[in-house]
Amino acid sequence: MSVFSLHIWPPVLLTIELATITTLLLLVIATPLAWWLARSRAWWKEVIAAVVSLPMVLPPTVLGFYLLVALGPDGPGGAIASLWGARTLAFTFTGLVIGSILASMPFVVQPIRNAFAAIGDRPLEVAATLRASPTRAFWTVALPLASPGLLSGAVLGFAHTVGEFGVILMIGGNIPGRTRVMSTAIFDFVETMQWREANILAGGMVVFAFAVILSMILIEKRVSRARA
Amino acid sequence: MSRLRAIVAAFGALLASLAPLAEAGQTNVAVAANFTEPAKQIAALFKQKTGHDAILSFGASGPFLAQITHDAPFQVFLSADEDRPKAAIDAGLAVRQSLFTYAIGKLVLWSKVVDVTRGDEALKKAEFSKISIANPDGAPYGTAAIETMKALGVYDALKGKIVQGNSIAQAFQFVDTRNAEVGFVALSQLFGVTDGTRWEVPQSLYSPIRQGAVLLKKGENDEASKSFLEFLKGPEARGIVGKFGYGLD
Repeated sequence: MSVFSLHIWPPVLLTIELATITTLLLLVIATPLAWWLARSRAWWKEVIAAVVSLPMVLPPTVLGFYLLVALGPDGPGGAIASLWGARTLAFTFTGLVIGSILASMPFVVQPIRNAFAAIGDRPLEVAATLRASPTRAFWTVALPLASPGLLSGAVLGFAHTVGEFGVILMIGGNIPGRTRVMSTAIFDFVETMQWREANILAGGMVVFAFAVILSMILIEKRVSRARA
Repeated sequence: MSRLRAIVAAFGALLASLAPLAEAGQTNVAVAANFTEPAKQIAALFKQKTGHDAILSFGASGPFLAQITHDAPFQVFLSADEDRPKAAIDAGLAVRQSLFTYAIGKLVLWSKVVDVTRGDEALKKAEFSKISIANPDGAPYGTAAIETMKALGVYDALKGKIVQGNSIAQAFQFVDTRNAEVGFVALSQLFGVTDGTRWEVPQSLYSPIRQGAVLLKKGENDEASKSFLEFLKGPEARGIVGKFGYGLD
């Protein structure tokens, strides 16, 4: 039996789809948030930063539990789902995207915030003296300077979403093609002793994780060389 | 260096002092999730009568077999079917003569949202968006649920609405939280539950869920493990099993 005829590919494709959508949405959400965290002088901004970072420390089961309640018919997710006649966002791809955004948020916000903070006030002040509006300075000065941080954030967010397991196990319902992603498929293959399938997927994950970490190191190196 | 050695020695002594405790009167039991509540009551009674502790782990039968093949520290296996205990016997991991049916499971359609008192009609009408079952790859109650839907000729129509719990416990939880409107659960899980409506699936629609108990090789020479299985065969345990709605041989 060829590797390509195994039923391992639908979860792989679904995982890539989930991670891509999550990463794009996260960049849109996390960039302004990171900007505010890096620039604001509000005393309570670290409180927000701590809240955003919570999923780094919390067990995925805690997140999964709250999400199951929140996405369900009695929670806000159920209210949103009722807009198109559904009852719950659990067991849906949308539900997985929401869960993944929350779980991966800190991994995207942190590097972008650091990148914005590293720019300092000087380049933006220079831009202001050259009559650039704050918005223009953000787009033409801050964002390009912070681009390695955005790239790091995107890579980490993508990788963390691919690796997400506990939350998805709790809110996914294991539906082939919709919520059965790679990490839960591996779990199923192992639990039902389909070692060959488990091996291929798990091996693929190891290679992928290695590539992610290596590229992170290389991005880091390029940035520090550019600064030097 | 000598301090390190002292710590290692102290740790070793601690472990050595714990080992006899662990051996005396304790058995580790892998319990199919549908049997969670009765197993807890049986273990409590077992402790009362014999002084032995039964340490219970709950999960789906399939995953338990996978763990047992990988040397999991269980001495007794209470599966939700007989195939998996037999597979453990064939793999040389369990004692053949010890296998017996401790309970015959009953499948129930349950809902807190729609009326399923006439379950077959409710399944045909399919006025729900999600139906929860246990993962049929690892849980016999999931297999029975699929058989039932096929027997009623509604499987193809309902296929797209199925969500799977990792074990029957998760399948139950999905219905209980109303994330799925209906679901196939074990009758034993509904013991003491008055919410919602239910339909006990006629036995003619699915193969009997004969739940097999087996002594694993790791418990072959273990007093507590052997007496736990004996206790499970006895009248007190059978009383509890029957109370939860299981059939008995």
